[in-house]
Amino acid sequence: MFTRRTFRTLKNGAFLALSLAATLTGLACLTAILWTLIENGIAGMSWHLFTEMTPPPGSSGGLLNALYGSAVMSLLGILIGAPIGVLAGTYLAEYGRKSALATAIRFINDVLLSAPSIIIGLFIYEIVVVRMGHFSAIAGALSLAVLAIPVTLRTTEDMINLVPPGMKDASAALGAYPWRTVLSVLYPAARSGIVTGLLLAIARISGETAPLLFTALNNQFWSTNLGAPMANLPVVIFQFALSPYKDWQNLAWAGALIITASILLLSISARVILAMLQADRGSGS
Amino acid sequence: MAIIDKRHAAKQLLYERVFHGATLAAAILVLLILGGVALSLLRGAWPALQHFGFPFVTREIWNPVTEEFGALAPIYGTVVTSVIAMALAVPTGFGIALFLTEICPPLLKRPIGVAVELLAAVPSIIFGIWGLFVLAPVLQRHVQPWLIKHAHPIPGIHKLFMGPPFGIGIFTAGLVLAIMVLPFIAATMRDVFDTVPPMLKESGYGLGATRWEVIWNVVVPHSRVGVVGGIMLGLGRALGETMAVTFVIGNAHRISTSLLAPGTTISSSIANEFTEAVGDLYTSSLIALGLLLFIITFTVIAAAQIMLRRLERRAEA
Repeated sequence: MFTRRTFRTLKNGAFLALSLAATLTGLACLTAILWTLIENGIAGMSWHLFTEMTPPPGSSGGLLNALYGSAVMSLLGILIGAPIGVLAGTYLAEYGRKSALATAIRFINDVLLSAPSIIIGLFIYEIVVVRMGHFSAIAGALSLAVLAIPVTLRTTEDMINLVPPGMKDASAALGAYPWRTVLSVLYPAARSGIVTGLLLAIARISGETAPLLFTALNNQFWSTNLGAPMANLPVVIFQFALSPYKDWQNLAWAGALIITASILLLSISARVILAMLQADRGSGS
Repeated sequence: MAIIDKRHAAKQLLYERVFHGATLAAAILVLLILGGVALSLLRGAWPALQHFGFPFVTREIWNPVTEEFGALAPIYGTVVTSVIAMALAVPTGFGIALFLTEICPPLLKRPIGVAVELLAAVPSIIFGIWGLFVLAPVLQRHVQPWLIKHAHPIPGIHKLFMGPPFGIGIFTAGLVLAIMVLPFIAATMRDVFDTVPPMLKESGYGLGATRWEVIWNVVVPHSRVGVVGGIMLGLGRALGETMAVTFVIGNAHRISTSLLAPGTTISSSIANEFTEAVGDLYTSSLIALGLLLFIITFTVIAAAQIMLRRLERRAEA
């Protein structure tokens, strides 16, 4: 007969085993996805990817115009979004702090952080594309900028708050205005943290597909015109993967591998920078 | 003692005002973006809302030829796929979070934690093509025939598993969504469990409780609000997720009782049809779908944030 004690031990063991099983399932999914990606992506890898344009159906080609478009729009997106995010984060950490306005902005920002990106795409469609009358790279960059703002805002505020208050007080005691303290003390002290935020923001926006569908659309040809539709990797992957052509599907897999590898690389570098930062703090104090 | 240079002081004050103003303007812009999103969606959706009125959300019809549009099928698909995703991802995420905080050997804690977080960084389109090319064929060949054979005869749920195994459809979309939101739920829950004071757990062990008893009677009650907040954050993602679903949902504007049938969600309808939509009423109806999605996800995410904030405040106090 079971004693109460064996029952408790069994129950304990059963739930711990379930918890382990859940973790293994999660890791198995990650491995399965990365494995397929690498297997199919490597098969599609070749120099043509980086030297030729996206092909018409049924012929081979590369992804040059899509890679260029993705790089341009992500870069423009971060150039527009990051300064806004950093300044707004500075406001929350330095000026607003616990005021009602700052609390409201913090809340709205956290909502925007997890808002569906497709909604942001529709927003930019309404205010830019409809007004311009056509899809354009600049509209794509703007929608990515809107997605980059919440990430940079959040990390900037967190990183400024991590700077020891003594440094700020010392600067204030020397008679510096807050702007001088921010630029000469807080930003340098929080620099690697803020850079981490930027890397995470780039990682976030460079894989976004949904907002680009309604803003930059796609372009089968080489285009550097910011006022015209521009090819980009995520939308090309979307279109090519769903096509019935084997060549297009192979290109989609290769593109998917490139995009995932760059995003994982960005996320890992962000993590390494953050870890080094924490190690510095640990040994410094 | 140095004499204060009045011109210098005035310049410093001017810089201060400019800098303060610039940061304030950037912060206000965040508020304006949210307001702008709401207003622009409302304006874009207005023609459709005016034309169809309230029945827009209660009608199943979606006919671009006769320009008759109703949002019921996408709403149904969005809700059902998200429910499937949460039903699978919440227990699994809970298990992963428990494993990471309470069971895992310290040496493995960081690598597994990082792996889970990296899974969260993978763009959703990757989940989409993986779902379409790898998961869907496996489901079609092995899982769905099994479900049709064994789950279909069970009274009460037999209507959920009818029809041929398409591979793609509501069930597959729910599964892909589950894999997608799993890392978010696991990571949030882990952070929440980490806020439980060790003293409370030690007291439990001191009374002779097993590890599971400490988890269920100390850790979970203490972090309940945060756990619910994390779940709702995951739900917000599942409801609004576009690309992962668009690949595997089948894009059929109808409501089937069978989970194995193709369907559609709000976001995948917009992604599939927006650039091909001809006519103002069609486009406007799609934007009206976007407005609905905005309202639904905003409510869920805001509720999640309020819960997580309450937990944070309690942790500080």
